[in-house]
Amino acid sequence: MTPILDVRNLAVRFGPTLAVRNASFTVQKGETHCIVGESGCGKSVTALAIMNLLARNARRDAQAIRFNGQDMLAYSDRQMEDVRGNRMAMIFQEPMTSLNPSFTIGSQMIEVLRRHHATTRHEAEQRAIALMQRVGITAPHMRLGQYPHQLSGGLRQRVMIAMALMCDPELLIADEPTTALDVTVQAQILRLLAELKQELGLGILLITHDLGIVARVADHVSVMYAGEVIESGRTAQLFANPAHPYTRGLIDCVPVPGKIRPGEALGSIPGTVPVMKDGFSGCAFRFRCPQASEVCTQAVPRHALGSDHIVHCHLAPSQGAGQ
Amino acid sequence: MTQFIFRRALLALSVVLTVMAMAFVLTRLSGDLAISIAGPGSTQADVEVIRKAYGLDRPVLVQFFDWTRLALTGDFGNSFFFKDKVSTLIAQRMPVTFTLGFAGLALALMISLPLGIIAALYENTWIDRTALLLVMVGQAMPSFWLGLILMIVFGLQLGWLPISGTGSWQHFVMPAIVLAFTAVPALTRLMRSGMIDALGSDYIRTARAKGLSRSSIIFKHALRNAAIPVVSIAAVQLGFMLGGSIVIETVFALHGVGYLAWESISKNDFPVVQAVVLVLASIYIGLTLVSDILNALLDPRLRGA
Repeated sequence: MTPILDVRNLAVRFGPTLAVRNASFTVQKGETHCIVGESGCGKSVTALAIMNLLARNARRDAQAIRFNGQDMLAYSDRQMEDVRGNRMAMIFQEPMTSLNPSFTIGSQMIEVLRRHHATTRHEAEQRAIALMQRVGITAPHMRLGQYPHQLSGGLRQRVMIAMALMCDPELLIADEPTTALDVTVQAQILRLLAELKQELGLGILLITHDLGIVARVADHVSVMYAGEVIESGRTAQLFANPAHPYTRGLIDCVPVPGKIRPGEALGSIPGTVPVMKDGFSGCAFRFRCPQASEVCTQAVPRHALGSDHIVHCHLAPSQGAGQ
Repeated sequence: MTQFIFRRALLALSVVLTVMAMAFVLTRLSGDLAISIAGPGSTQADVEVIRKAYGLDRPVLVQFFDWTRLALTGDFGNSFFFKDKVSTLIAQRMPVTFTLGFAGLALALMISLPLGIIAALYENTWIDRTALLLVMVGQAMPSFWLGLILMIVFGLQLGWLPISGTGSWQHFVMPAIVLAFTAVPALTRLMRSGMIDALGSDYIRTARAKGLSRSSIIFKHALRNAAIPVVSIAAVQLGFMLGGSIVIETVFALHGVGYLAWESISKNDFPVVQAVVLVLASIYIGLTLVSDILNALLDPRLRGA
């Protein structure tokens, strides 16, 4: 089956800085693909690069970014505009500021449908009301005439989701959609996304730094480090058998109830994500890796550990494949 | 919204009352009015006669309440110099000042809004820098000097425009340009920084993610938010232009309210001075009120405040 989204060797650079390097992954219909990693590892830039919404000083290179088999790299700005918000929608981390404060919820929702499809205002309103109901917004009629500042953060994120669904997209890119929300609202939003995926056969690309979220909602995971996808696989497989030392480190950082004793320190990975410049070679994690050795300065090999599980590490096969 | 307007109006009224007191006190502080009116070479007896005739011998508070009472009904007394009712004088001069003010503001907006938007769209390029340079030159140029230069070039050398008087619309061209020049720098900067803020905001990223066209993103989503401070400053600028056109009206001999103020101050015609100060201040206050209301209409977040 052709994946909805197929990203091949994506690279994004800001001047001499490489924000994303040969990142490759696919999103299937009706599947949630999570990209997980620390702050500054290039997750959000990857999402914006797919939408072609990068800042003017960014340069995007890729072998291909295929959307339903069509390479979007060849698209003109105009063609890209027709895809965005229509067949491919996006929601963001900051629900408080992502809606325009000067326009009503209704006008912002209706606008996107009328931009891409010939519908009457009344039809668009009806669809907005139906979708608001679907995403769990109470009194949708009243919300149409309200302004963003009259809504809570959770409600605004629901509005963003409803707005993203206006044109019935095939792919939803969600960039840390629950980071700014409190835990109960977070759980509700994640459940909603999972339901929508089932109901609408939506492909979801979910960007997060939270492995707890990954474990709960992802079908597939790609772990990013310093702009690279260093390990990817089915969620269950990857959590059971993390092959990359970084993935293992991340999993160790998650406190598991019942396993932590008082007074015992939580796992952590010392150091921060390095900034990648041109001419860098070898493994970017070697400066923080407990198992790093001489070999890690050489070009990193790619190992397949089963049908879907892929890891980029010199040390992986002997440790990962054997388990 | 009604409550908002009511509260702002009440505030405006109290400012008007304060201005009345200030205008009254300041004219009295400038010296003994009876002596000034009598003029040099007059005898003590003349001064006493004038003092009686104009009621200046009464206690100051009585004079103030008397003036206030009449002023609130629109009666500002008679001018000493023009032998006319002050209200008639101001009503005659008002159209000139209003024409000049509105022409100046319209011209200022026509220049500064596009300039600010273009500078913001091409932020940090040579286009932006050129716009900022023009704005800085405009800010540094004194308006009376610009007025004189325009007069010499277009009035005297080229002979395209009349240099003084109020006979036709051509008479207003140069004064309006000079007046607009004083407002362009502030409005351009405000428009530019507002647009830069708006274009970098999260809701513009959302608008782009929705696949909206570039023109809809710039002119609907960004401009709507960036225009809020510009609108309120423009209203205040208009007040400034109506009240502060004294220099320009004098330079171009336009017989507006500003010119009247200058004439009456130089002739110690204090009923006119008091009235002009009050009228101009009231216009200014009224426009500030209008600006607050416009702001609330444009920004839904302010409507509750």
